Amino acid sequence: MTSTPPLPAWGTGGGENEPLLTVEDLHVEFTTRQGVVKAVNGVSYALRAGETLAVLGESGSGKSVTAQAIMGILDTPPARIPKGRVRFRGTDLLRLSEDARSQFRGRRISMIFQDALSALNPVFTVGSQIGEMFQVHQGVSRRDAERRAVELMDRVRIPGARQRLHDYPHQFSGGMRQRIMIAMAIALDPEVLIADEPTTALDVTVQAQIMELLAEVQRESGMGLILITHDLGVVADVADKIVVMYGGRVVENAPVHDVYRSPAHPYTRGLLESVPRIDRKGRELYAIAGMPPNLLDMPPGCAFAPRCPYRQDNCVTDPVPLYRIGATRGSACHYWREVLDGGHG
Amino acid sequence: MAATGSPILEVRDLVKHFPMTRGVLVRKQIGAIRAVDGVSFDLRRGETLGIVGESGCGKSTLAKLLMGLERPTSGSVRIKGREIADAKESELKRVRRTIQLVMQDPYTSLNPRMTVGDIVGEPYEIHPEAAPKGDRRRRVQALLELVGLNPDHISRYPHQFSGGQRQRIGIARGLALQPEILVCDEPVSALDVSIQAQVINLLARLQRELGLAYVFIAHDLSVVRHISDRVGVMYLGKMVELGRDAEIYGQPAHPYTQALLSAAPVPDPEGRERRRRIVLQGDPPSPASPPSGCRFRTRCWKAQEICAQQEPPLQLRPGTWHESACHFAEVYDAMRSF
Ligand SMILES: Nc1ncnc2c1ncn2[C@@H]1O[C@H](COP(=O)(O)OP(=O)(O)OP(=O)(O)O)[C@@H](O)[C@H]1O
Ligand SMILES: Nc1ncnc2c1ncn2[C@@H]1O[C@H](COP(=O)(O)OP(=O)(O)OP(=O)(O)O)[C@@H](O)[C@H]1O
Ligand code: SF4
Ligand code: SF4
Ligand SMILES: [Mg+2]
Ligand SMILES: [Mg+2]
Repeated sequence: MTSTPPLPAWGTGGGENEPLLTVEDLHVEFTTRQGVVKAVNGVSYALRAGETLAVLGESGSGKSVTAQAIMGILDTPPARIPKGRVRFRGTDLLRLSEDARSQFRGRRISMIFQDALSALNPVFTVGSQIGEMFQVHQGVSRRDAERRAVELMDRVRIPGARQRLHDYPHQFSGGMRQRIMIAMAIALDPEVLIADEPTTALDVTVQAQIMELLAEVQRESGMGLILITHDLGVVADVADKIVVMYGGRVVENAPVHDVYRSPAHPYTRGLLESVPRIDRKGRELYAIAGMPPNLLDMPPGCAFAPRCPYRQDNCVTDPVPLYRIGATRGSACHYWREVLDGGHG
Repeated sequence: MAATGSPILEVRDLVKHFPMTRGVLVRKQIGAIRAVDGVSFDLRRGETLGIVGESGCGKSTLAKLLMGLERPTSGSVRIKGREIADAKESELKRVRRTIQLVMQDPYTSLNPRMTVGDIVGEPYEIHPEAAPKGDRRRRVQALLELVGLNPDHISRYPHQFSGGQRQRIGIARGLALQPEILVCDEPVSALDVSIQAQVINLLARLQRELGLAYVFIAHDLSVVRHISDRVGVMYLGKMVELGRDAEIYGQPAHPYTQALLSAAPVPDPEGRERRRRIVLQGDPPSPASPPSGCRFRTRCWKAQEICAQQEPPLQLRPGTWHESACHFAEVYDAMRSF
């Protein structure tokens, strides 16, 4: 497609092995009538060029809020970021003015939203919505914007793209609308794409098309992908490494093979054991007992303790660091060795 | 989950067309959405039949037809030998004591202004003969206990429960009249993985304890495999393949089933580079104007001329022990691709 934009004048730029994007000790809280919701409580992760990082975790664990903080689209108030950094090629985005920040958004870091199917504007044609990306960000003429929109729709395999340019969103199927959202997200050749549950509402056959499309874009452009999902199958298929979140924290991070072979946190372990498998007929599924933590009132110790089969007395009281348990792995569990060894607590 | 005896539910050539109309004053029918278009199957006591297929293929419409909530355009649905397709409303009401529905969305399918006790006990209002008034509270509490909820929470409201607990409330209501068949339309799709496991285990336990038969509709192939004895695969209003779970998942004969299975992600990264994947091109055609002959032919890599001319019926085909609707049905060892 288009040529890659020049490297920035600011920031360290970084060599091949420098992460493109790092989140460091990020905290996000929301002020609500019931009190302060501690949605993100010290999240760190790193993404390199061409890499796929999967972010897994229970509903409400802070996956989307972390992504919104990276994008700089949290409403403040009610949100507040008391602590943390988001570095893109060395520059801390959280310290930039809104003006400087908007230079990154959509252009260099782009996002596909969780409720993408409702994110398209129903009163504008699909062509004009895609074209607008080029007009606003690159100042190209309407005619050129339209031509580029057709190219993009072709690229995401909308059949008969030229004829469908003037169709409205409701005239497309769910899978096609999702592909159009992807087209808009990759329009400006971002270096990082955050895809928040990009296929959750879609059928498996459409899901397979979309994951293949994202992989192709990555191969062509070296884009880094942060894939937020509940789907352990999709993660196993495409991720290079995984971050597992629980109660607004990273409870485990590791290369993808390690997590599936030998999880090092009881929550991850429970999660893996609770999915039915298509390739074997299951017996009773393992079910994680209990309920997710109350973010209004987080315990000093481990947030997973009330549901944990490995729990010991000190878990409730002693803060749990993200223990380094290998060259590229971490686990936020005092008893990660027991979990790795495989016994049930 | 042993299925026994004669079928409790018999479905034959079931058709539901929704008319498409135009005009405000004089409504003219300009066509029809062929949501369910000739579906047949049996369900035995204590058995689970899984139904899978892509969005819009007619799964929910089928569920409503089985419940008598939609009237079929043609065809027959017999519950314990009794025809419900053209049954009177009073007759239907009686039949509904045998068959009950659990719906997809635990967040919207429960009335937020009713207590859990009122929700679970509502079927007794509609069927007062099922339980004497004085006995209802006790029964509702027993139902709550049966699905793993605290019976003391009978006066709470839905918003005070988690998603998985709300789905249990829906299941408890479905069980109030002691039905023999439970139709579950995407009962776990809206739930988190860990909560999903709780509900699936509950359904399996209830089946063992109460001898229930399930029609279990879902688009998640792994969940369906986990719970089903037999599986039917739907495409654009038609059943394209029907067989025991090992046959459908192990030796699928219809190209659509093969594509569906190969597209389903497996939660294991080991050997992912070697996995063979059939990625279908395009989207399913509109059910208002399905392709002639075989409805899958516009996306099928094996399509020949005959596929456009003759509709392949669902039947046993050479080399397979289960029914499929493809002129060129051919068993494919799906396990090798996992
Ligand atoms: N604007 C807000 N005001 C108050 N609380 C909020 C707000 N936005 C998010 N939260 C809370 O922050 C927590 C984390 O939400 P987040 O959307 O990040 O979850 P998630 O991990 O993406 O979950 P899901 O898998 O369901 O999408 C939740 O408890 C949520 O209720
Ligand atoms: N009341 C109705 N009037 C007109 N068309 C309808 C009606 N109900 C369903 N349809 C159409 O019938 C087809 C089948 O719909 P149905 O809801 O049965 O699909 P489904 O397989 O349950 O899909 P999903 O997986 O998305 O729930 C769709 O094209 C749908 O738009
Ligand atoms: S720290 Fe304790 S409670 Fe927390 S996960 Fe580990 S064993 Fe369980
Ligand atoms: S009948 Fe023809 S088009 Fe239909 S599935 Fe078989 S080979 Fe494909
Ligand atoms: Mg989210
Ligand atoms: Mg449905």
